[in-house]
Amino acid sequence: MNPARVPRVFLVDDHHLFRSGVRSELGDAVEVVGEADEVPAAIELISERVPDVVLLDVHLPGGGGRAVIEAIKPIHPTVRFLALSVSDAPEDVIAVIRAGARGYVTKTISGPELVDAVVRVASGDAVFSPRLAGFVLDAYASLPDDIERPSSLDVEPDHLSPREHEVLRLIARGYTYKEIARELTISVKTVESHVSAVLRKLQLSTRHQLTRWAAERRLI
Amino acid sequence: MRWGPRGDGPGYERHRRHAGRGRLHRSRDDRIIAGVAGGLARQLGRDVTVVRIVLVLLALAGGYGVAGYVVAWLLLPAEGSSETIAARATSDRRGIALVLSLVPALVLLLIVLSALRASFLTSLALPIVVSAAGLVLIYRNAEEDERAWLSSTLDALLQRGSEQDRSRRAFTVRLASGCVLLAAGCFVIDDGSLSKSPLRPLGGALFVLAATVVVLGPWWLRLARDLVSERQARIRAEERADMAARVHDSVLQTLAMIQRSANQPQEVAKLARAQERELRTWLFEGRAPGSFGTEGPATLAAGVEQIEREIEAAHGVAVDAVTVGDAPLDDELSALLAAGREATVNAAKWSGATSVSIYLEVEARRVCMYIRDRGSGFDTNSIAGDRRGITESIRGRMQRHGGVAVIRSAPGSGTEVELSVPRRSGRG
Repeated sequence: MNPARVPRVFLVDDHHLFRSGVRSELGDAVEVVGEADEVPAAIELISERVPDVVLLDVHLPGGGGRAVIEAIKPIHPTVRFLALSVSDAPEDVIAVIRAGARGYVTKTISGPELVDAVVRVASGDAVFSPRLAGFVLDAYASLPDDIERPSSLDVEPDHLSPREHEVLRLIARGYTYKEIARELTISVKTVESHVSAVLRKLQLSTRHQLTRWAAERRLI
Repeated sequence: MRWGPRGDGPGYERHRRHAGRGRLHRSRDDRIIAGVAGGLARQLGRDVTVVRIVLVLLALAGGYGVAGYVVAWLLLPAEGSSETIAARATSDRRGIALVLSLVPALVLLLIVLSALRASFLTSLALPIVVSAAGLVLIYRNAEEDERAWLSSTLDALLQRGSEQDRSRRAFTVRLASGCVLLAAGCFVIDDGSLSKSPLRPLGGALFVLAATVVVLGPWWLRLARDLVSERQARIRAEERADMAARVHDSVLQTLAMIQRSANQPQEVAKLARAQERELRTWLFEGRAPGSFGTEGPATLAAGVEQIEREIEAAHGVAVDAVTVGDAPLDDELSALLAAGREATVNAAKWSGATSVSIYLEVEARRVCMYIRDRGSGFDTNSIAGDRRGITESIRGRMQRHGGVAVIRSAPGSGTEVELSVPRRSGRG
């Protein structure tokens, strides 16, 4: 990230109080170029201002954060999304990630950590909070083995490599990327690329299995 | 549609469509096959079960009911869509060619059946062929979700995909015995050399019925089971949506309270966190606020949540817990939770950190729990006297239950406690 240019951020959340809270927490580290409280307004303003990063609530009136991503992605592929939520039903969070969000953090995140996450997403990396890492581990752990695995390329996105699994577990345990790098004696860049790989798998994985996982979650 | 004017299906449906209010659609959420009965019932204001019984009776009386149903499936748009399958089928040239090729098949079937003197089957030939033609067009032109449903039903019917060999053999056996029974039935009904007892057609009908049950019975059973569970799931989802709406209102109230105590940040944080947990529990686990804790937690995940909540309330630090998997509590796992709780209290009391992370993972062979803070940390070799007891109570407790406790810490870099116990085998 070029230090001379702070990321331009757009806030989408239906709680006014929360938006102003985030604004003050972000402070001067980023430039907030606008905010919206519902899906249609968000789509309109984002396509007008083309920010670097959109901080997006998972739950929104008018279709949820997912609808915003799905509308913006085709027209402005450079805009990146970071999902933000308190009420994290795993299936909703996974749905937003699969729609194209670069990461997910909970609203309890501290100011500096949020700034860090925004900068990371702006520079094209993925941001996994411990909770998201937990959801992903849970999703992949419960993918049934009885389903026949096709011997095509499809296999890849449906399984985490041992290293990715390790990285995710450390994230879930509350480790920062730097701490993970030290623990596994790899570089922070490598940690980042593992996380990005997991994100990609999550987005590419055959719909069938992950939706099945989500459906089971909903039924329990 | 070539066969349109011949069957009673389209005429029947069209008549209803004009008689009722609005346009007749196939129901999406009240359906067993294509939602025709559900749509009809809504249009007529009758109970859907009555409509279904009538349709089944029509189907049994000569088979035209089945053909009519298939034609209705083709000609009625599904709820929320304006296009019928038939409209799409007009541009499906291969499908139409396939259907046309059924005509010689019909002629052949009629010739064979009349040669066999199976006259009652002859009368069934036309509706069977009409239905088959309709189903071919539907399968080729239906919308994605209906197609998926059709192919999964087909899979279930043919026992494809499940348990492979054994069930396929079972299916073949069932099919063969069904054919034998059917042939026996035809023979009994048609053969004049048997006694002219009035029981004769009845006996034949019984054979035919038995054949149907043998071949299709298991599939019906499964269909009925799926239907019940699907309906239950829908009801549950509705309840949840209702609850979510109610919670949204209470969120606004909490926000108002927070605004009022805005000059006491500690209080605000505590209030918000407590409320957040409560709502989450209510929303996603269906437990009303406050109903937890009267009887102890029953599973690991619930236990972790209780630790999270209690320690936040008692010590005013944020506890972020992530759990992967879940298991019912037994002695070992309860000990794990107790030790984990101890470690969390330690972190909250001594580390000086504002937040503590808990991570619990249920693996196939063991359960691990990590408690981590970014506080002051300490030198694990020179543990202060007053803290050794606590450490021992964590370590000792784990060892007594066949588990392990590892404590990693260094001054200035926080502490992580790792606990793990093996799982007893034979648990899911």
